[in-house]
Parts: sequence; structure tokens; C-alpha cells
Amino acid sequence: MTREIAAPDYTDVAQDLLARAAKHGATAADVMVADGETLSVQVRMGAVDRLTKAREKRLGLRVFFGQRSASASTSDFSLDSLDRFVGETCALAKAVVEDPVSGLPEPGHYATESPDLNIYDATKLQTDQQIDLALRAERAAFAADSRITNSEGGECDSSSGRIILANSHGFFGQYANSSFSLSVSPIASNDAGMQRDYWYGVNRAFSKLESPEAIGQEATRRTVRKLGARKVPTGRLPVIFDPEVAGSLLSHLCSALSGYALYKGASFLIGQLGRQIAPDFVTIYDDGRMPGGLGTRPFDGEGLPTRKQAMVERGRLASYLLDTYSGKKLGLPSTGNASRSIGESPSAGPTNFYMVPGTTGPEQILATVKQGLYVTDLIGFGINMVTGDYSRGASGFWIENGELAYPVEEITIAGNLKQMYSTIETIGSDLVFRGRIASPTVKIAEMMVAGN
Amino acid sequence: MAKDESGALARFGVTDRDIEQALGRVKVSNVDYADLYFEYCQSESVSMEEGIVKRATKSIGQGVGVRATAGEKTGFAYSDELTSKDLNIAADTARYIANSAQGTTPVPVTHRPALARNLYPHDRANVEVATRDRVTLLNAIDAEARRYDPRIKNVMAAYNTEYKVMLVATSDGVMVGDIQPLSRLQVTCIAEENGNRQVGTFGGGGRIGLEYFQNDQRYLQFAREAAREAILNLSAVEAPAGVMPVVLGGGWPGILLHEAIGHGLEADFNRKKTSAFSSLVGKRVASDVCTIVDDGTLPFRRGSLNVDDEGTPTSRTVLIERGILRGYITDKLNARLMGIPLTGNGRRESYQSVVLPRMTNTFMLAGESDPQDIIKSVKKGLYAVSFGGGQVDITNGKFVFSASEAYLIEDGKITRPVKGATLIGSGPDILTKVSMVGHDLKLDEGIGTCGKEGQSVPVGVGLPTIRIDEITVGGTKA
Repeated sequence: MTREIAAPDYTDVAQDLLARAAKHGATAADVMVADGETLSVQVRMGAVDRLTKAREKRLGLRVFFGQRSASASTSDFSLDSLDRFVGETCALAKAVVEDPVSGLPEPGHYATESPDLNIYDATKLQTDQQIDLALRAERAAFAADSRITNSEGGECDSSSGRIILANSHGFFGQYANSSFSLSVSPIASNDAGMQRDYWYGVNRAFSKLESPEAIGQEATRRTVRKLGARKVPTGRLPVIFDPEVAGSLLSHLCSALSGYALYKGASFLIGQLGRQIAPDFVTIYDDGRMPGGLGTRPFDGEGLPTRKQAMVERGRLASYLLDTYSGKKLGLPSTGNASRSIGESPSAGPTNFYMVPGTTGPEQILATVKQGLYVTDLIGFGINMVTGDYSRGASGFWIENGELAYPVEEITIAGNLKQMYSTIETIGSDLVFRGRIASPTVKIAEMMVAGN
Repeated sequence: MAKDESGALARFGVTDRDIEQALGRVKVSNVDYADLYFEYCQSESVSMEEGIVKRATKSIGQGVGVRATAGEKTGFAYSDELTSKDLNIAADTARYIANSAQGTTPVPVTHRPALARNLYPHDRANVEVATRDRVTLLNAIDAEARRYDPRIKNVMAAYNTEYKVMLVATSDGVMVGDIQPLSRLQVTCIAEENGNRQVGTFGGGGRIGLEYFQNDQRYLQFAREAAREAILNLSAVEAPAGVMPVVLGGGWPGILLHEAIGHGLEADFNRKKTSAFSSLVGKRVASDVCTIVDDGTLPFRRGSLNVDDEGTPTSRTVLIERGILRGYITDKLNARLMGIPLTGNGRRESYQSVVLPRMTNTFMLAGESDPQDIIKSVKKGLYAVSFGGGQVDITNGKFVFSASEAYLIEDGKITRPVKGATLIGSGPDILTKVSMVGHDLKLDEGIGTCGKEGQSVPVGVGLPTIRIDEITVGGTKA
């Protein structure tokens, strides 16, 4: 839409920074550089609402002075500033306490190959093309049902970026990725009030993005069915999580399996490695090499190779999510799960994390419930990672004799995650990746539902 | 550094001419309004765990956001390079929504008001605390929490500071800058007894410096509070489930107001008629003991600003007066489109984000009840004094907030502590069930961060002790 600036090569900046750190006396260092561009289009009620375009860059430096370390980041790449930046980062490292466990991964473990993982699609969308996609999605949402009376709008985003990681042990790696997404959020109304929902598609390849019509229609289907929602009486009930909210149960599992939460004593899964935490039909993988995956990358935030590994194998907790530091604290090797924000020291997190689907269709799962709750939305932060205690706001549908009877809102569901995982009763066959964490439909035997 | 726009300009290395030219380029005839927002932000964090201050991070960012609005449309571009060439590219991109050729007449920026007040005068050295001072403070916190009770097994604490310089130049010809310091100290304790592990947290801060935490050894009090909550939760029983009367303590439980009504009164949702409050101005949305304001002018508060991110001085806006909905909080775009007053609530996370109407410090004014009488009035219910986060669905008005420290009330007396639980209610309805308001208004300690459209901004809340006659409590005990 306007002049494009040629993408500069930041390889030299990374190497230069390592050299400067060494000159300041750092005994080891690593540098991460990220740059990218993004175009975001939001439309509302058939017209453009907001256009955002940007190119950005940022670099992060971590330095070690023996076993003291500090991290810093900046968006200012001018040479004068960088020299001052390196000096300040080194001063920061000297001011903290020695941490005997700190350090870069040992040589010999770093990623060496660079497989094609299908995470970069060079397609450049024009602004008008993105406007058109967003408008079509919103139009499809309105066309699908006359009860759609308003809209929070449609959005089409495209972005591409590059990551460079280099360290003083000689590791150098880089990769590019891209992302295309389309979403719409219609509002339905009738005498009972207004309801909003949304639907979306996101993919690393533009050609694999779902059509705007499919996204708009699904958004409307999800929205109008909420009209006339009411509360239900308080009681213990079987609860079915649709795939969107079932994914949140896996997110909580990731938080509990993070090496950092574990060694700090801040996870309800401490000491559970090798133990049965779910029924034997539950298997969960983390796969950093899944082609085209939204969490896919050739190496992790420390330069170690990513891989596919079982996290929960037939109900047994098979692995934690670890980087080098949290692994050492727990006496275990890294699992290649270092995740890294620019300018932060690593943490541990999932790549593509999913539950292996079962063979039961979602309708068949519904059919097993005489009276219960089908949850489609969860809000709030009522999760205690130390104890696993769980209490969140929910909405969805009342299940009566195996079918969705009417929409439900203003209720909470409560339990304990440890117990919830161990009382999973059925897993659906409907696994679709719409993010880095994906789950099929999940039925939990019983939870406390608070309503009237 | 001098607290005026020329000092800020010097830092950004741009000239008046660059600014006036870029504004002229974007402010063409069918653009209603345009602005340039320059920002420099330096943040530092030092954290401690396992008794060792082992992490220190620093982040420096600067850039410019250029925005044009035409009718309901917004064009926006940002850049982390500040040359006049980058400014012009951003201006051209933002102008795209207006479908017209670039402007050639510079927009004179003639009105450069000095700040009418400074709500958070600071000494830069005191905001950018030396790392060794942070280390000393965090070590003392660790020792204090462990001394509080031997069952405290781990202490995590972080001291974060932010030093932000902003300068906004608008097509109205106004240019104003501000320096916005922000500090926060957060302590988390984990207690363990017979395999039962529990967590407690406490934190606070504001647009203040190190001396705030040092005064009366406030940092040690933070440590004791976090330890106390963790130890208390060791004996917590299951929380009840169902509808019951709830008494909220003063201060941070004001997050109720933020979620239940604050977001629903942001002008953008109401202009689009997507808020559950859209047609309720002048109508009763609360009992007559409730008066609620949003006030960005409180000295040193986390949610306060001298001017908002469009250069408008912040103000005190009455949202609900004796139960009647009075008005919305606005930014320039929504005030113009709705024909309502500008309240100085146009905020953005950074130069990389667009301006949205956002809350500052939102609280309920004190009432007349004695807090003790409020508790005595409840036969069987919940007394909740500390909360984690909350969330709201603007459109259907349903909101939640999650208690992290709560007690059962039985026969008018506070009895046992209960485990955390989420409370859920309906925004336009919940405040009609407030039957008693205490005379003990308290503002929160300065920990709140509000998220909207992916943007985080610091906010404050406040509440006196109040009684809600009925709300759904999401415990596990029938």
C-alpha cells in the first residue's frame, strides 16, 4: 500500500553483539533478534474500521559473568546505542547474585539441521485483498441469520517475521514464519437481549485458511444459539467441554508441567512424573516439528532441537516441559521446550500440544448424558496452579436426555484440575488445530455447577 | 530532565518541522483528526526466588505511532525508527483510509501548554532504582516472609519499574508531553504443611519511586501480607456453591466495579451499541447508595495520568450517581462521533497500539454504614477481601471475578477461611443488589493491569465495604 522497505539482514548485528559482550568481559552470551511486518485490517458493519501496518524489530541480549547473568532488549539498533546497551546489560549482570545452575546449554546438544517445516508462506496480501476477506466474512455472518443485528466486526491479519539466535558456544540458527488469520464477531439480539460470539481461522499458509463464508457462517451459528440463555440450578453434573474450551484444560496442564512452576513448588503436579494422572485412554503429545504447526520451530529458545514427545502416555505423566535451567533444577535434561521472549531469560512452554483424539463423535458423547452441561465459553482466572483448584465462569447448553436443550449463562463450574484430569470419561474424535494447543471434545464425569 | 515537551522532543531527536510536515501529510481534507505519538520507555525488573536475586532484565523501546481518523475509520501505522523519512511513510500509511493524495501543507503546532499540574513529580534516579538497592530490598523480603512462619517454603518477589516519556502532537495544533514513572513490587509466598501447599500474594505500587516502598518499611509489610495469606489458606475449607449474600472488603475488591460496569461504560462499545449498557443513560443501574466515579487525577496512583495519550487532561467522571447511569468515558474519536464530552480517557499501551477509551482509577464513593454492621447483617454468606483477576462479556453483561482470600459469614460473624472461588453476575443488574455501603472507602495498593483488545494499561480500583444481597458463588460445596 505504500513504499516497501527492503528487509535488512540482522545476522551481522547478532555476531557483532556477541563480540561486544566478550569485549566487556562476559564469559558467555546469547543474542536473539526478531523482525517482522504486520498488516491488520478490521472492518465493521460493511466498512473499514481500522487499518494497522507496521514493520518492527527487536533484539535481546543475555550475558553471563561466570554464574551471574542478566538479559536486556532494545529496538534501537544504532551502533552507538548498541555499545551502551551491551555495557548496561553487563553492569546489570554484575549486580545480581551468582546462580550455580545458570548457563548456556553444553556444546554438542544444539540443533544442527534445518528441516523444512512449512511454517513460512511468502504470500504478500494487498491491503484491499485483506479488506475484502474481512468484509466477506462479516457479510456471510449477517446473511446466515436475520437475528444477527450488529457486529463487533471482522478482522483479517497477515504477518511474517524472522528469528535469529546466536550464542558464544558457536550456535547460529534462524528461521522465518508467517501467519494469516481471519475472524468475525457477530452480535445477535432478540427480546431476551444481546449475545456475541466469534469464529476464526488461523494458518501459516494463506492457501489453507478457511473461506470467509465458512468462518462467517460458523460465527453466526455459535452466536444465535446463545439467545435466550438462562441460569440453571446449583448441583453436581457431568460436564462436556467443546474443543475450544477443552483446549484451555490443556493450557492449564502446560502451566503445571512447566519446569519453572515445578521447581518453585508452584505446580499441583509436583512429583507426579511417571504416575497415572488420567485414565489410560488419554495420550497427549507436544510436537515441535509438526509441519505447518502454529507452535512449530526448528530449534527452541536456547538453540536446542525441537522434537515430538509424549507428555501423557496412556494416562501416565511421561514428561515435563523443560529448558536447560529448569531441567537442571529438577535433575533432568532439557526437553527442547525453552520458550523465549526477546530480552528475557528462557522459560519453558509447549510447542504444538494436543490430546490424541478418541473414536467417539461429539454427538455420541452428548448421547451418554441424561442431564448435564455442555460448556462452550469460559471466562475469568479462577485457577490456582499450586493446588489445582478450579472455579470459572461458564456458558453453554443444558443437556437433557442426550441433546442440547437450551442455552445457559451466568453459572460457574468448579473442581480441582488434578481430579478433573483423572475423571475424564470420554474423548471425542474431533481434533482440529486452531492454535498451538488443541483438544477434541472432552467429557468430565462430574463437576460442581453453581447457578440459581 | 525538564518536564516539558521540548525536553521530550530533544530525546526523540525530531524537529518541529518534521512533526508539522508529517501532520500535514496525513491531515488531508477528508481526515477529521490526526496525531503523532512519540514514546520512549525503559523498564527494568529484578526478581528473586529460592532466596537468590537471580534475574535482572531491562528493556528499552522507542518509536512513533501515526494515526488518522475519518468518520468511523482509523488508519494507523507505527515505526521504531524516528527519521523524517519513517515519519512520512507512517503518515502515508495512516492516510490510506482517507483514499486521498498526501497533504503538502504542514500543520502548525502552535499550542504547547505546560502541564497544569504534575500528579507524579519524580526524581529519575529514584524511579530507576540502582540494581543493588533492589537486591537489598528483595533479600529483606525473603527473610521477613520466612521469619513470619516456618511453613513458608518459597518466596518469590519482583521489583519492576518503568520510565516512560511520551509526546503527542495533534492536528488540532496541540503538542504536549509527559513523563510517566511506574513502579510495582509483588511478593508471592508458598506455604506447606503435611503435603498441603498453598499460595499467598501481595503487591503494590504506583507512579512513585523507591522511597514509597521504604517508608515505614512498607516492603516488609508486603512480605508479611503475602505470607499471612498463604498460611491462612492452609486451613481453608471448600467454598460454598450457589446464590448467597456476599460482603466485599474495601480496596482491590473494587475490581467488581471495573468488570461489572466500567468496561460496559467505555464509549466505543456504546457507540457501536454492543454494550449491555448501550441505552441505559439516565436509567437506574444501581441502588441509590451507589455513586461511582472514574478519576485519573489522583496523585501518584497507578491509574492516574496528567494527560491521556491524546493530550487531553484527565478528569473525574461520574459514571453512576446515586444509582443512575450518568455517562461514558471517552476518547476523541468516540466523543466526536457520539457528540458527548471528552473525559480524558484515551489510552494506549504503547506507540504500537491504537487509542481506546479506557478506565483510570475507578471506585465507589464511601457510604454511611459501619463495616462491622454490614458483616453482622449477614446470616449465612461470604466475606471476600482479596481477589485475583476478573473478566466481562460486554455484550451480555456477564462478569466474573475470583476471590483469593475469603471467609464464611455465619450468624453475622466471620468464621472459617474458604478456598478461592469465582463470583459471577450480570453487570447492569448486580449493583441494584447493593444494600449497604461502608464509610471506609479504600483504594487498592496499585497492582491492577487492565486488558482490552490485547492492550494492557495500568489501572486502579477502589471500594468501601459493601453488601451484595445475592450473587452466584462458584465454590465446590453444595
